[in-house]
Parts: sequence; structure tokens; C-alpha cells
Amino acid sequence: MTEELVDIRLTVNGVGRELRVPARRLLSDALRQHLALTGTHVGCEHGVCGSCTVLMDGRPVRACLIFAVSAVDSEITTVEGLTEADGSPEGRLSPVQQAFAECHGLQCGFCTPGFLTTITAGLRDNPEPSEEEARGMVGGNLCRCTGYANIVKSVLRASEIARERV
Amino acid sequence: MSTRLFGQKVQRVEDQRFLRGHGRYVDDVLAGRDVLHAAVLRSPHAHARIVGIDVSGVLDVEGVHLVWTHDDLAGPMAEPLPLLIPHPQLTHGRTQFALAKDEVNYVGEAIAFVVADDRYLAEDAVGRIRVEYAFLPPVVGLEAARAAEHLTHEDVPGNVAARLEQENGDARAAIDAAPHSLSLDLTIERSASTPLEGRGTVARWDPDIGRLTLWTSTQSSTGVRAAVATKLGLDLSQVDVLTPDVGGGFGVKINHPWPEEVLVPLAARTLDRAVKFTEDRREHFISAAHERGQIHQVEVGFDDDGRILGLDVRFWHDNGAYTPYGLILPIITSTQLLGPYKPGAYHVVFESLYTNTVMVTPYRGAGRPQGCYVMERTMDAIAAALGKDRTEVRAVNFIQPDEFPYDHGLIFQDGREYEYDSGDYPASLHKLKDLVGWDEFPAFREEMEREGRRVGIGLACYVEGTGVGPYEGAHVHIETSGKVKVATGLTTQGQGHATVFAQIVADALGVPFDRVEVVTGDTRRMPYAVGTFASRAAVMSGSAIHLAALRAREKVLKIAAEALEAAEDDLEIVDGVVSVRGTPGSAASIDLGTVAVLSNPLRYAFDEASKAATQFSVGDPGKPPVPEDDEPGLEGRDFYSPQRSTFASGMHAVIVETDPATAEIRILKYAVVHDCGRLINPMIVEGQIQGGVAQGVAGALLERMAYDENGQLLNASFMDFLMPYVTEVPERIDIDHLETPSPLNPLGIKGAGEAGVIPGAAVFASAIEDAEGFPIRAMPISPSDLFELRRIHAEENR
Repeated sequence: MTEELVDIRLTVNGVGRELRVPARRLLSDALRQHLALTGTHVGCEHGVCGSCTVLMDGRPVRACLIFAVSAVDSEITTVEGLTEADGSPEGRLSPVQQAFAECHGLQCGFCTPGFLTTITAGLRDNPEPSEEEARGMVGGNLCRCTGYANIVKSVLRASEIARERV
Repeated sequence: MSTRLFGQKVQRVEDQRFLRGHGRYVDDVLAGRDVLHAAVLRSPHAHARIVGIDVSGVLDVEGVHLVWTHDDLAGPMAEPLPLLIPHPQLTHGRTQFALAKDEVNYVGEAIAFVVADDRYLAEDAVGRIRVEYAFLPPVVGLEAARAAEHLTHEDVPGNVAARLEQENGDARAAIDAAPHSLSLDLTIERSASTPLEGRGTVARWDPDIGRLTLWTSTQSSTGVRAAVATKLGLDLSQVDVLTPDVGGGFGVKINHPWPEEVLVPLAARTLDRAVKFTEDRREHFISAAHERGQIHQVEVGFDDDGRILGLDVRFWHDNGAYTPYGLILPIITSTQLLGPYKPGAYHVVFESLYTNTVMVTPYRGAGRPQGCYVMERTMDAIAAALGKDRTEVRAVNFIQPDEFPYDHGLIFQDGREYEYDSGDYPASLHKLKDLVGWDEFPAFREEMEREGRRVGIGLACYVEGTGVGPYEGAHVHIETSGKVKVATGLTTQGQGHATVFAQIVADALGVPFDRVEVVTGDTRRMPYAVGTFASRAAVMSGSAIHLAALRAREKVLKIAAEALEAAEDDLEIVDGVVSVRGTPGSAASIDLGTVAVLSNPLRYAFDEASKAATQFSVGDPGKPPVPEDDEPGLEGRDFYSPQRSTFASGMHAVIVETDPATAEIRILKYAVVHDCGRLINPMIVEGQIQGGVAQGVAGALLERMAYDENGQLLNASFMDFLMPYVTEVPERIDIDHLETPSPLNPLGIKGAGEAGVIPGAAVFASAIEDAEGFPIRAMPISPSDLFELRRIHAEENR
């Protein structure tokens, strides 16, 4: 019994990548195991916790619910791709990342990448959310550490930072 | 001038890597490199004899390297896993095997272990294993366990693992003689830690040096190290355990070794390949650990003011199928139940009972939420019986500020006297009433009633034994670069240790915060450690690090005094530079990196600090280069071992609204007064409280383990287990701090990690009872439960 392998091409964080994967390989596993992009975390493998959320052609999707072969020709952004170029090798934190640092929006950090990608897309669609809208933006992601208060604060602060940086 | 960092809201240093996706969790180790993956066949039945296991054909699957059942294990690996904390009263302790031998006792128990090229193939291979079972009747729930019609373990009569009794005074006589008495039956259901990252272990055997490296998502790296060495027949010095970033623990990762923590390294050594096990979510629900399930019977005698004269508590603790963690949980309930109060006499007895369900080990709060719930329900019942305000009944029972240290005359979880070190409970209650608006509530209730809305207010008080021993240690090393490398052995699961411990070192040494780098949970750097549990890390390692940094400072001053030809007492360290006090920036100064060079007589000039050091002369030419009472290097090492635990405390209040039609329960206001002694970093402490409160809400209103009568866990997924999203937690939590320093450690600190969760069930029961006007005696409570209670209550009053 040998698994059939499929060649796929996709763009990850702006870089074209070619992969040879079994058809059943999840996108989350392809990112983590094949590309060693371990920032995308797998918390439940049934699409509920949101830790594995990545942006696929700009839309937040659960990487544990998508086969890698379904992502062919798409543009994927993972947490590693959120930083902004500023000439330094590591780049500077995006407004959302910076806000999480300022507002203590994370503790163990495991769910954080899924929140960061989700909020990045959310603020693009709604750059100045109300507190209620900020709650709605993160309403589909689980965090066991923070109790969410500082995550909601982070959303609002990220909106401010983005405006400050313009 | 350095400002003191202790007490400051310093931003976390670890966040940089987490926010960039550069955290290193156990499943990230060797990702994309040469590593094999393990999967486990778990029992689908709660109670059965294993008649036979057929693994033929498994190794035929391409990419499968190994399949083991119990028959394949030998020596210590074939013996039951250790019982970590034995107790004389744990007369019938039982632990599971790494792989089940002859019998399975819960759905999820490990039966076979497979290693393959990837997890997909390993799961394919697991699917090929055929097991023949002979079914046995399962014991599910405390009522079945107590009835003992069937036994979980055939050699454990009555399903009783342990029975423990403690008494201070003659409670029976006090109750009988009291002007008033009451009895209450109180139950609380199971929940679980449920970190977003499950369990996981990676091992690599290096045959060239005969050494095993193990990464594991644990709360005790030293414990795992000793367990693995024993099980694999290795010397301790052949095993290194590294705890990488851990995606939440909340207690479940303190139990060790898990079967996979010994199977993975054995497989790595056997195959001479790196092997990884990463638990999936369903596995975590059915094969990690749960907590909380207990039923209690209370009898209390009290006077006209509500003062408790005698308290008699009997309770039954569901320990699941095995008892690897001993009696810690029911012992904590039985002692911490007393909270901030001083009953005239107290008697407690519990039985710890086996059931055919996932085993029970600590989950944040660890027996305290149950104890708090029992005591606070009792306080509310006394107030109701006497027609008194609930805060007044609590106030007359408080231990007073001038009564510390207060000895309860019992033995605590650490085997030491149950003696509170400090606290100010009347002050906390005063703050809480102000914060929640206790005295204004009747007017608010009236206003709501006019709008057809139903509201209730509740409160709950607790005391938490934190910083349990026996010890933690720390090593502080000032390198020639001037960087300060700090190691402590306990582990980190999101508490921000790299930040708060660096704050302590920066203050003690006078170095800039960003020059301090903290490593936790690496047995290569600090082989003596206990672990991160019981709200002990800040107290234990914080104190040890402070002491170790002071030792390093002593040595800095000694060498610098000689180099600068000044008296030690005249020196100060500011921003990493030693100079004569009051003359900062003068020529008569020396930076810590240079002092580090001078501390080592072997002085090759590798770097600028070494070159700079040549201008100074230290050491007595008449003596050996390293004097007898000294060592080369600029290091400090120390251990902190307290006489007993330090007791933090707090009080929560909540205002809820219950929908008259749907019985939906909404949180209108949540207030916390918290006293964990001196705060190292208030931002982090408040984060701990907020997270704890969310788990308290979860345990009170949402989460339960839905076992059916066959022992199947029906809600073993995030679809069905109601872990709160942002929409289920209070929008705001009002927090006020009281700082009653602990006299037991040099920094005056107490633990804060578990505090937020402890009063959860108690405070919501209190508020819902207040809203509804009938007693709440079982938690958690869902809208359906409340709806049903209303129906029963209406029928009873017809």
C-alpha cells in the first residue's frame, strides 16, 4: 500500500512553494511538517478552536479543515507572514501583533496565531470596530488562558495603532 | 538610574516570539525533519477484560516501524506506572500500565502503541489492530461507586481507594448543643483543564554519547526525567528533559509520566530514530485527566449571630479509574473548605472512590472550588435560616487580622500544619461590597423588578494555600558579555516567568532588564526542581531566583571592591556597572562583564570585556589563583524551601440576571478582590485572575463531562463540551487588590495562578439562589437545569 502523492503549488507568505503531498494531507500539517511553518497551531482538528486559522486569498480559514491539495494556487498568509518589512531582518510587529503585546492579549500563546490572523482580516474589513464588533470579530476562536478581556482590548488597540501608523 | 521593576506592569519578553509565530511548542520540535510519529490504540470500552490482541498485518503497512502491546514490554516498563504521592490512608491505590495488561478500566485507556513515518500512517496501522474483549459491568458516577453493586477493580472492596478523617474539636457535640442547626447535600460535577495544546512528547536517543533527549509538554520536567530513567533503566545522567513552550497546563500536565512519556523514549531508543507523539483533541478528553466530581453532606450548628459552632462534612470524591496523584485533591477540599473562617469545631471525613472513567488529577483550583462551594453554600444557608445579610454571617466567622498566624489544627496537602500566615479578610469584604455595590443592590433589584427582570447577587470567599514546598532552586550566571543567564527548574505554561523572574533579577543585581534571560524546565540547566502547580512558581522560584541573584551580587561586589580598591559597602550597581556610591560614570567603575572576566583566572582575551579586564588586578599572589573557599566564574546558586505554604485569599461577587421565561443566565457584573501579597507584575496577576474567572464561569454554568451509563464520554469534542468563547464570559471584571505580604519569603509574595477559578461555582450558586428564591445545591447549572428546578419548586409549592 503506497500513498499516491500529488504535486501542488501555492504561495505562502508571498513566496511560491512547490509541495508533493498525499491527497489526504491537511493544509495545517502541510504548513507545519512540509514547510516547517510551525506558527500555525493545531488545537482541535475539527475546526472549532480556531488556533490553526490562516488567511487563504485574504479570507480566514481553518487550516485543519482544508486539504493541502485544495489550497492549490492559493495565497496563504500564516502568522509568520504578518510582520511588516522595516528593513530589519525580523520585521516589525503588525498593529495587531503590537496590540497583543501592549494589552497582554496572550498568555501561553498557543491560540494566539489564530486570533492574530482572524483579527488581521477582521480589521481590514472593519478598521474601526466598536467594542461589540470587536467581540464579534473574535467570537469564533477559543482561548483557555486569558478570559478574552485583553484580546478584545487588543482588537481595539490594534485599530488605533493602525491609524497612528498611517 | 535603574528604577525598581518589582511591582511594575512590565511587558512580557516572551511575547515577541509568540507573536511572530516563533514559539517552540513540543509538536514544533523537529517539525519538517527526520522524526517518526506515534499513535495509540485506546480502549473503546469502559470496563472489559482483554481476551486477545491481534497485531498481525500491522507491520505490513508501508511506513510502519513498530507496534507494541503490553506483551512487548519488559522489566520496569511492564510494571504499573508510579503512584506519585502515596499516603498511608490510600490503602487501595491503583495505577495503570503504560499499555493495558489483561483489563481496561476506562474508555481511552492505552492498549497498543504504533510508530510510523507520519501520524496518518500510524493511525491507519492502529485501525488494523484487532482486540477481543470480555465485557465487565462499568461503574459510572459516584452513586454507582458508593452502591458498589459492581467493582471497578475486583480486589478493591466497595470501590474505596481511601478513607481519611480529620477533626479539630468535638464537632458532633458542638452541633448537638448549638441553638440552630442545618444539613445540606451538595454536588458538583466533573470538568477538565482542557489546555488548547494537548499532551505531547518527542524523544531522540544519541547512541554516540548514550544519552536521551526528551521534550515534553509537562508541568514537571524533573519528575518526568526521573520517571523515564527508572522505566528505561537509564542513569539519571543519561536523560535530559527539556520543557519547551507549553500551550497551557492548568494542572493536567502535572501528572506524570503519562504512558506516552515512557513509550516514546523507549521507541526512540529501540529504533534509533527520533519519535514524536502529539495527542489529538478527542484523545485529550478521554485519556488525559478530569477533576471536580464530588458529593458532600454538611451538618452545621450555629448561634443567633450565625457563628459556626460545629461543622461536620462528609464527602465522596470520584477519582476515576486510577489514583496516580494520591489523595491530594480530597485532602485539599477537606482543609481549604474552611476558607477565611474559624468554626468552633470541625470534623471531616471523605472516601475516594473508583469509577470506570478517566482518572482524576488536579485541575486549576485542585479541590478548592469544591471546598469553597460547600462552605459558601453553608454560609448562605445559615444567613437564610436566620434572615441575616449574607455578608454579616461571613464577617462574624472571619479569622481576624490580629489572629495570624492562625493554626486550624489540621494537616495540609504538604503534610505540614494547616496554618495561615497572613491576611485581612474584613478589609477584603469591605472592598468587595464597595466594588460590587452590595448595599445598593436592593434598590437595583427593585428597579429591575419594575421592568419585569429578575436579578440576584452572590458572593464567595476563599483562602488558597499557595507556594507549597518542598523547594525550588535557581542559578544565576553573569557572563563576560554582561548578559545574565538565569535558570530555574520548574516549567512555564503562559505565566510570563521569563518576564517576572527577569524583573526580580534586574532589581537584585542592578542590571538592565533586557540583559536578563530566563530558562525554565530544562534539566540540563537546573536538575533539582519540583514543578509548576499549586500557584507556587512565583513564590518558590521567584524567591530562589532572588536569593541566587543576591549571591551573585555578593561575589560581584567582592571582586569589584578589590579591582576598584574600594570597600564593598561603598559600591553600588546601576545599569550593570559597579561604581563607588554617588559617583556614577566616574573612572572608578567596572561593568559586570569585566567583573565576570576577573572572576575567572583563565583569562584569554576573547572579547572586549576580557581586554578591558587587563587594567585591573585582583587575587592575592600569595594564594592559589582560585582560593579554597571560592570557585571560578561569576555565578550564584541558591534554593528556597519554606517551612509551610503561604495563604493567599480573595472574594468574588457577581450580579446575574435570570430570564423568567427561558431561564437563561446572564452576568451583569463581576467583581474580584484579591490578595496575593506583593505583586511582582500587576498586569500578569490581573491576566491570571481574568483567565481564572473565565474558567470559574465555565465550571459554574457550562462545562461538564457527559458520561452515559456505559462509561462513554458523549461530549469529547469542542463541538459538545461547552468551553466558553468571548460571548460567555463577563464583558468586564472589576478587580481590586489588597497586599498583605507573606512573612514566609523574602519578597512577601503569595501565589496567584489558581485564585480566579476557585469561587466560581460558589458565587454563581449564591447569585442564582438569590435571584430565584429556592436553594441551589448542584453545580454546574445550565438554563435547562434551572428551568427544571423552577418546575420542581413550583410543584412542591402547589
